[in-house]
Order: sequence, then C-alpha cells, then structure tokens
Amino acid sequence: MSDERFDVIIVGGGVAGSAAAYVLAKAGMEVLVVERGSTCGAKNMTGGRLYGHSLEKLIPGFADEAPVERRIAKERLSFATAQGAVTLEFGSEKLEDPAYASYTVLRNKFDPWLAEKAETEGAMYVCGIRVDDLIVRDGKVCGVVAAGEEMESDVVILADGVNSLLAQKLGMKKELDPSEVAVGVKEVIKLDEQTISDRFGVEPGEGVAWMIDGHVTGGNIGGGCIYTDKEHVSIGIVTTVGDIGYSDVSVPEMVDRLKEHPLISPLIEGGKMAEYSAHLVTEGGYHMIPELYRDGVLVVGDAAAFVINMLYTVRGMDFAIESGRLAAETIIKAKEAGDFSKAALSAYKTAVDNSFIMRDLEQYKKVPAFMERHRLFTEMPAFLEEVMEGLYLVDGNPPKKLTKKIMGAVKQYGMKNLAGDAIKALGAL
Amino acid sequence: MAVTTKKGMSIDDKLGFNRFIADEHNAHIILNEDYKDAAEIQRLIKACPAALYRLEEDGRLSFNHEGCLECGTCRVISGGKVIKSWNHPEGGMGIEYRLG
Repeated sequence: MSDERFDVIIVGGGVAGSAAAYVLAKAGMEVLVVERGSTCGAKNMTGGRLYGHSLEKLIPGFADEAPVERRIAKERLSFATAQGAVTLEFGSEKLEDPAYASYTVLRNKFDPWLAEKAETEGAMYVCGIRVDDLIVRDGKVCGVVAAGEEMESDVVILADGVNSLLAQKLGMKKELDPSEVAVGVKEVIKLDEQTISDRFGVEPGEGVAWMIDGHVTGGNIGGGCIYTDKEHVSIGIVTTVGDIGYSDVSVPEMVDRLKEHPLISPLIEGGKMAEYSAHLVTEGGYHMIPELYRDGVLVVGDAAAFVINMLYTVRGMDFAIESGRLAAETIIKAKEAGDFSKAALSAYKTAVDNSFIMRDLEQYKKVPAFMERHRLFTEMPAFLEEVMEGLYLVDGNPPKKLTKKIMGAVKQYGMKNLAGDAIKALGAL
Repeated sequence: MAVTTKKGMSIDDKLGFNRFIADEHNAHIILNEDYKDAAEIQRLIKACPAALYRLEEDGRLSFNHEGCLECGTCRVISGGKVIKSWNHPEGGMGIEYRLG
C-alpha cells in the first residue's frame, strides 16, 4: 500500500468523508478513506435526525434505498417540570416534501450504506486503522501516517469528527472550549415497530422528533431529546460541557431523569435496552469554525464545527454532507489545474461561505449566547406550567379571570425577564 | 435483557449492552495523578457519560479506559489538568457501536 499514491486521502468514513469520497470517485479520482472504527459508523452516534436536502442533491430519492429509520412527521417541543410538561406539536403534509423531509437514522446502519455507495463508484476504504499523523513537507500536507505506514496523496481531507486531533495538531483548530461544546448521551431502546407507531401516534414509516427543555438537565444548559427509529426509540440528553456542575445532576443521571419523567416513561415502558452511547456536539457554531484549508488539506463536517443547536432542533449531518461535496468539487477543479496549494484550495472556503452552511450558521450565531440564560431551563417551564394550570385545573372553586391567572405567572417570572427573553429569542432564531 | 424502565439500572449495566473491543495493553487516556483539585475532579465525575471516573475509598481518583465511549468530554473539561493525555484508541479498538 505504501507504494501507492492517491489523489485524495480522507480521514474518517462518516457522512462528510463518504459524501466527499462519493463525489471524488464518481469523477474518476483515486480516493482512499481511512476509518478508525472496524466499520464505518462504528464510532459514530447521532440523536438523531438527518435533514435530507443535501444528500438529495447527491443521490436523488436516496431515502427509498438508504437504511433510514422513519421519516419525521411530527415535531414536538416540550418545556418540562418534574411533574409535567407543556408541549407544542407541529405536523404538516409539507414535512413529506423531499425538499423538507428529514429522517431518523442510526449511524452504524446509515454510514456503511453511504460508504458502500462511494465504494461502488470506486473509492477505496480501509477500516480499523487510526491515522496517527499527517505527512507535512514545507508546510504542505502530503499524506497520512497510519499503522506505521506512510501513504501519500495530493490532498488530505480531515473528516475525523468533532475530536479532530489532526486538525488541532496542524494548528488549524483550537482545542474545544467547554462553553462551545455539549455532550450528547442517549440510550437506544428496542420496542416493536407497531408499538412505537401507536404510542407516538404516527403512521407506519413515520416518526417523531422531540426536544424537551427543562427538568431533565436540572437547570444545566441543554435538554432531552427523543427520536423514534424503526424498531427503537433513541432517548437522550444534550448538555453544555462548560455548564456541568452548575446543577447537582450528573450527566448519566440526566438520561434517567428523562426516562423516568411521568409523561415519557409510559412511552418506553417494556422496552429493552439495546445500546448506550455518547458523543460531543459543537454548539459554538459560527464562532468556532477552524481554518478550513491549507496547502494540501481541507477540513469538513464536525471537524469543521458545522453544527447548530437551535434548541428546537439540531443540525449537523446535512452540513457535513454538503461540506464533503463542496470539498470534493474544489479538489476536482484543483486536479484539473494541477494546483493543490492553499490559494487553489481556498475555493472550498468560498464555496462554503456561499452555501447554506455558512448562511445558516451565521443566521443562528446568537443562539449559543441566548442559551446561556439559565432561567430558560428552570423558570420558563415552571412559568408555562403555571399558565396551563390556570387554564386547565378545575376543582369547583371559583375560577380566577384568565388575565389574572396569566399575570400571576408573569409576575413571578418577571415581566422584564419575559420580555427580554422573548426579544432575545426573536433576535437569535 | 433488562427492561430499561426499571428504576436504578446502573451505568455498568447500561455499558454491558455495548460492544467493546478492549485494548488491555494501552490506555488511550492517561491521568495526571498529582492533579488533586477537588472541584475539578468532581466535575469530571459528574461529566463522564459512562461514569468511569470514580473516587476510591482512599480518596484516590480511579479511571477505567475500557468502558470509554470516546466522547472527549473529559479532555475538553480537564485537558492538561487531570487529563495528562487523550488519544483515540488504536484502530479497531474501543467502543464499537452497532446502532449509533
């Protein structure tokens, strides 16, 4: 293998790496993907939901053949206290439109499928090998060092995920700041397909994406999330790393608080534990994007911090796939010109800047600061609960006027706080 | 298989459902045992999703890399402090998600 030279070596066989491999191989380039897991996806987890639009561009109608779990038909957002929750639900036929459609996926089913698509186009994969270092000569990245061997290429794509030690080693990326990154932890619980559909009130093949603010994190920035897979329910939490210790609740306990919540536990009753997983989620978004290109190297996907958490939804895989495609197209042009210098590869940054990736990251750049308002995770759910109690609790005593009920709750939350949060929310979202 | 909704399933029980290819010879995370800041250690204990950081009876911090989910949270919190070095395990070693 060491004698062989590739056009492109991609570090990491997740969705960003394989999207790039697919486009490059399709254009006839010699591509090697090096994945440290024993299969693609073995090291990956997602909440999780994939918005289909960017993969739709690469493989139109992909959801018909890809191992997606369910198409999201209902979006739920809850504000939970220990005893209850106020929930907003959105359902619409528009969610079926391929332009908007999103799907729950399990990464060790989905990633191998995408890798196989790239392999069919001619990309080469080696799994179970960790890239230990990059070959750098005169400031130019010329290949990788893995399992004691050197392998050379014109360009290396770093698609090695949120913990991209290689990008850090090159100095393209700083160590992650605790305030800019969250940890996601979930259990995958096995239930039969029909039971899941019945309990979540969806048709066969349809699913629910559900974010739960409040009680579960004990006041830490973050929340719970539930995604229905085909024969599993993914149930977990995301909480900002820098906020751990703000409340007494430990990270593993947060998952239990969600599972034991009175409105949630009946939904997973009788389910069997299948897997317990954890992964970092970048939250700083726009503020933590690293250097994306240098001589002979590009950074894509989670390694490039292309993720946003907007409280009501989290996006990452659609950015990852788009960035993989844009990196590949940049390299195809660079190959035509025979120029893999930093100047030539800067076209990748331009393409990212002009794509929905940077547009969306920029649009939501105030969300991380907005989320630092802890009362959103403590007082807000209590406030909403009090309003609802005023409306729905009937005990035969004379009811108070609606305005009085609401104003009582508003007073407790603080009119200024409420107005401030509302204005900031509108500004951030 | 244990029913998950039963209260009190321990974290070790949960990890028992995962597939790990244990690297018995190399720990991919190495602690600085001289770093004794109690608040920092408490944060790590609270943060690790797999609860692999534990205080022993003698007050020593113990860590078992073999149940590691490789998330990186401990490095982000305490890199250069309690965490002396953090790397991905050797290729093919460590956690192997079947679902993810």
